[in-house]
Amino acid sequence: MKMRVNQMIGGVVVLLGAAAPWIINPYELSLLGRFLALSILAMGIMLTWGEAGILSLGQGVFFGLGGYALAMHLKLAGLNLANGDMPDFMVWSGVSALPALWYPFANPVVSLACVVIVPGGFAAAFSWLVFRRRVGGVYFALITQALALAFSTLLISQQAYTGGFNGLTDFSTLFGFDITTEGAARVIYWVTFGFVLVTYFALRWLLMSRYGVMLRATRDGENRVRFLGHDPVPYKVVAFGIAGALAGIGGALFTLHSGVVSPALVGVVPSIEMVVWVAVGGRNILWGAIAGTLLVNFAKDQISSALPSLWLYGLGALFILAVSFLPAGIAGLFKDGGGSARVMRRLLSRKALSTAE
Amino acid sequence: MNAIPAPILMMEHVTVDFDGFKALTDVSLSLTPGDLRILIGPNGAGKSTLCDTIIGRVRPTAGRIMFKDQDITSLAEQEIVRRGICRKFQTPGVLPTLSVMENLLVSARKNRAWWRSFTTRTPAAETARAEEILHQIGLEDRRDVVAADLAHGEKQWLEIGMVVATDADLLLLDEPTAGMGPQDTQRTAALILKLLGRHAVLVIDHDMSFVETLNGYVTVLHQGQILKEGSVAEIRADAQVRAVYLGRSDDDEPADA
Repeated sequence: MKMRVNQMIGGVVVLLGAAAPWIINPYELSLLGRFLALSILAMGIMLTWGEAGILSLGQGVFFGLGGYALAMHLKLAGLNLANGDMPDFMVWSGVSALPALWYPFANPVVSLACVVIVPGGFAAAFSWLVFRRRVGGVYFALITQALALAFSTLLISQQAYTGGFNGLTDFSTLFGFDITTEGAARVIYWVTFGFVLVTYFALRWLLMSRYGVMLRATRDGENRVRFLGHDPVPYKVVAFGIAGALAGIGGALFTLHSGVVSPALVGVVPSIEMVVWVAVGGRNILWGAIAGTLLVNFAKDQISSALPSLWLYGLGALFILAVSFLPAGIAGLFKDGGGSARVMRRLLSRKALSTAE
Repeated sequence: MNAIPAPILMMEHVTVDFDGFKALTDVSLSLTPGDLRILIGPNGAGKSTLCDTIIGRVRPTAGRIMFKDQDITSLAEQEIVRRGICRKFQTPGVLPTLSVMENLLVSARKNRAWWRSFTTRTPAAETARAEEILHQIGLEDRRDVVAADLAHGEKQWLEIGMVVATDADLLLLDEPTAGMGPQDTQRTAALILKLLGRHAVLVIDHDMSFVETLNGYVTVLHQGQILKEGSVAEIRADAQVRAVYLGRSDDDEPADA
């Protein structure tokens, strides 16, 4: 019975999501599309932080790798490379020939593959190096934060190859289609929506599989798992790699929606914001990650357009509130089902606090 | 204790040196398959270090450890488990957010390759074994309870169950009755006695009444060295043992320098 109610709610949400282009105006649709792209990344954080207990403060790096991988292609699409054409910013920086690193991205398929493989592969390799040495917890979080700082600094300093502080913008075509029209915006929205659905169901299956159980077991007691004869490292590496790939996909889709990718989106502060979305939504429930992302970002959009200076305080306050009163996030309130009365009771009682750890 | 069957585990002249502090000095110990061994000794005698050394958490400075005639001294921890040694820790090491059944199934996994975990199907043999152990440890009605919600004694039994579920030939039980009342302690003793034959069991404990119930061969460790080995009665009668351990305090945990 409860199952059926949940399924019905889910079905309505999916229908509304699919019909959104006819319900809301193009500006709102563009926002929703962007935030849904971010929610793909957020589901990755739910996987690593919530289920695997690995807190990363550097998801912006993988988001950026995906975003740049696609943006590099978008900058090259439509240029005549044989003719010696180059992206505008390179010409302004006085680069004489297209850097070798850029060439493969002239091919859209290579570029799209890189959106997944580069951040996913980098995340897996990086985390393997760290976890193999049995470094974890706070130290891992600090290392990832340093990574985010280094990555954004690198992007800014290599102006001639990366577009520097301004990043890459001014895109026109993908696979020969004009991506600036309203029709294209709608298609991009549906593609994003499709990715959200696929990610949601794929992760849901993964978390129900034996792998999911092993991942939670590793989170609960890495040593206990090791002394039961399992090597915990691969489980964690796979989770972190998947989260990296999802961040990359989110980054690419976000870039398509917003028409720009820049270091401002990949550094330390955005990386921390990403964690806040999931903290607010609920890090142990998949839909919580999506809901948190949408909620925080729409709030950000409203608050920062009304009172720009207020947003950072708002974000900080939100994080403190979520951590102290809703450790299981908004989704945690609904965990055992039940009506709004129960939700309110939980909010008021301290139950949410005690059940989280 | 003489060599009727070949020993399953042999520690040969094992010394563990923590930066000058000798936790174990020239310890030699041999265990018989399917048999019980009880390890006692005052706090700081090196009992837990001895367990740690067997399972690869601590590496010996000198000496070697043979298991089923193979040198396991420098193998990776999970590899030692795969060879057939599993340990229960002092503080219950259950996986708190997993259900009792999930705890047992994680332990009972036969094929431990990570890439074999991408499936929702659990082999029937593993489920059957987990069910059997669930019954053995008396937690049938707690099957789907999250381990964090178990009572202290139940957590201890669950962890014993997990160690058993790995089907290890040698089980190391580090203070399985810690924090238990007399009734639960007796139940634990009965559980351990039922494991013998199929598994060799090394039990560390302080509680002399528990040791007497188990009534196995006892090794007394003192300041990192083996002080005495013998039956419970022999150990009880030994003047030296009484001096360093039994007589020192009416509590089971004498303070030790």
